[in-house]
Amino acid sequence: MNVKTLSVGRVDILETWRYFHKNKLTSIGLGVIFVFILATIFAPLITPAGYAEQKYLHEINNFPSISHWFGVDAVGRDYFSRVIYGIRVSLLVGSTTAFIALFIGVPLGALAGYLGGTVDWIVMRLVETFSVIPPLLVAILFVTVAGSGLQNVIFILALVSWMDICRLVRGEVLTLKEREYSIAAKAIGAKSYRILFRHLLPNAVAPIIVGLVLCVPNAIMLEAMLSFLGVGVNPPTPSWGQMISDGLYYIQFYWHLTLFPAIFLALTVLSLSFIGDGLRDAVDPKLRGRR
Amino acid sequence: MTTYIIKRIFSSLVSLIIVTIIIFSMMHSIPGGPFDETKMPLSPAAKEKILKMYGLDKPLYVQYVKYMWNALHFRFGKSYQSPGEEMTDLIKRTLLVSAFLGGLGLALAFPIGLLLGIISAIKPNSLVDYLCTALASYTISVPVYVSSIFMVFIFSLGLHWFPTGGFGGPKTWIMPIIAYSLFPLGIIARYTRSSMLEVLNEPYILTAKSKGLSRWRVIIHHAFKNALIPILTIMLPMFTGIMTGSIFVEKIFRIPGLGGYFVTSIYKRDYPLEMTLILFITVSLALTYLVIDILYTVIDPRVRLGKKGR
Repeated sequence: MNVKTLSVGRVDILETWRYFHKNKLTSIGLGVIFVFILATIFAPLITPAGYAEQKYLHEINNFPSISHWFGVDAVGRDYFSRVIYGIRVSLLVGSTTAFIALFIGVPLGALAGYLGGTVDWIVMRLVETFSVIPPLLVAILFVTVAGSGLQNVIFILALVSWMDICRLVRGEVLTLKEREYSIAAKAIGAKSYRILFRHLLPNAVAPIIVGLVLCVPNAIMLEAMLSFLGVGVNPPTPSWGQMISDGLYYIQFYWHLTLFPAIFLALTVLSLSFIGDGLRDAVDPKLRGRR
Repeated sequence: MTTYIIKRIFSSLVSLIIVTIIIFSMMHSIPGGPFDETKMPLSPAAKEKILKMYGLDKPLYVQYVKYMWNALHFRFGKSYQSPGEEMTDLIKRTLLVSAFLGGLGLALAFPIGLLLGIISAIKPNSLVDYLCTALASYTISVPVYVSSIFMVFIFSLGLHWFPTGGFGGPKTWIMPIIAYSLFPLGIIARYTRSSMLEVLNEPYILTAKSKGLSRWRVIIHHAFKNALIPILTIMLPMFTGIMTGSIFVEKIFRIPGLGGYFVTSIYKRDYPLEMTLILFITVSLALTYLVIDILYTVIDPRVRLGKKGR
């Protein structure tokens, strides 16, 4: 971190922020996610019941009304509460998955890029192996083996989404290690791990952050797909994918059961990918001046 | 060049073998077997006989080697769910439905995606660009089943144009085809945009412009042709992408295609079917990546792999 020009690695923060902020789609995404985060923090205050409380058994499948903004589901739970608490689950899954993927992808990518040779070959075969099987199918298999539940789902999603970050870090390290400062560090006898951790990785922070942010909507989407197929988070934990899948049976009669979680899922994933795309465009000097 | 291709094929083979071993052992480590009925349990003798018939009594590595050997000769055995027909017939029958709708979806996605990408690249940061980019981001990031549900709401329940599902006649085909087209459309639009932006900044575009060529001639003949190379590389994997897409599209629109079998074969411990499906996807994906890498060197003379100073 260089204080004088306020930059992370090769990227100037102020300039990046300017480009980032100029992008209207990104601003919209930031706004939506901000509101959603507020809603999950204050969820107990704005919802009439807990997400698992079957308080309204006499109003089963009621349509949206003033007392139940999103209606009531098939087992007497307030649907607004379930959808709002669903934000918590989604964001938790997305961010935790991305961080675990980071902890798998960065070391592997850095080692592969820095050491090269056999290590690189092995890591790249691993990446290739995980890339030729569709992540969804592997995730379904893993979940059936390990059992469903929030923790397992997060670990499994991380296991199928570390490859992008790994490739990215490897590419960065490959180019950075040819730079003068890295060669100079080597020439004065700095140890490899010192060059890697003090000189190369700090300079690759910006693209790593972009990779991390782009990983979040992907993980949320995969979780929603798994839950939709019935192999995701266990009930009664509110997961939009599961709610949509449950509501699908009654779509012709009780439309509110599918519509609201579908809208929230779409908004969340879309906003997060707007933020990620905006960040990537702002950080990537190649796209500067056009965005 | 030849050594590069040989190396590339070798490493693809290694990943394929790793994939199949992982999948095979995971598949068999799911508790319960294909013939563990809870409602009407088989007598031990009968079960033993069935297991023997399918070769499930042998150790795992023997089963694996035997399966792979047979698969190499295109003998995939029979699905436990549908023992009346050969595996290849079952896959042919269902794949035809998925490939028909998915293929039409791709045929719809290519022109629209290219057009959206070119339009937004010509006027970056305009309102049109924002709309196209937003549409592309939507189709990429929002799961296809959510969009399918929105379509059902609007076109079936609201406007009553199409039935909510089923597979019979063109009226039931339209919504699934659109659903299949969404994801590839977004990817193509996004790649076209960024690759066109990159090319439009090249000096030869400026040259073409300053020669006084018309705007569209520059865009189509000079820019688009060069922008097409990176776009080509993302088109091929989309054909296999149809198969994973089919899991959702076919569930929502109730279509008798291949999609449902991906999930049911795991639930029902239908080892041969599951293994065959996954083998099918991984082999075709590995092949497409191989073809892309080779095509890259053929199409673009600037890319010369394995040589310095490319």
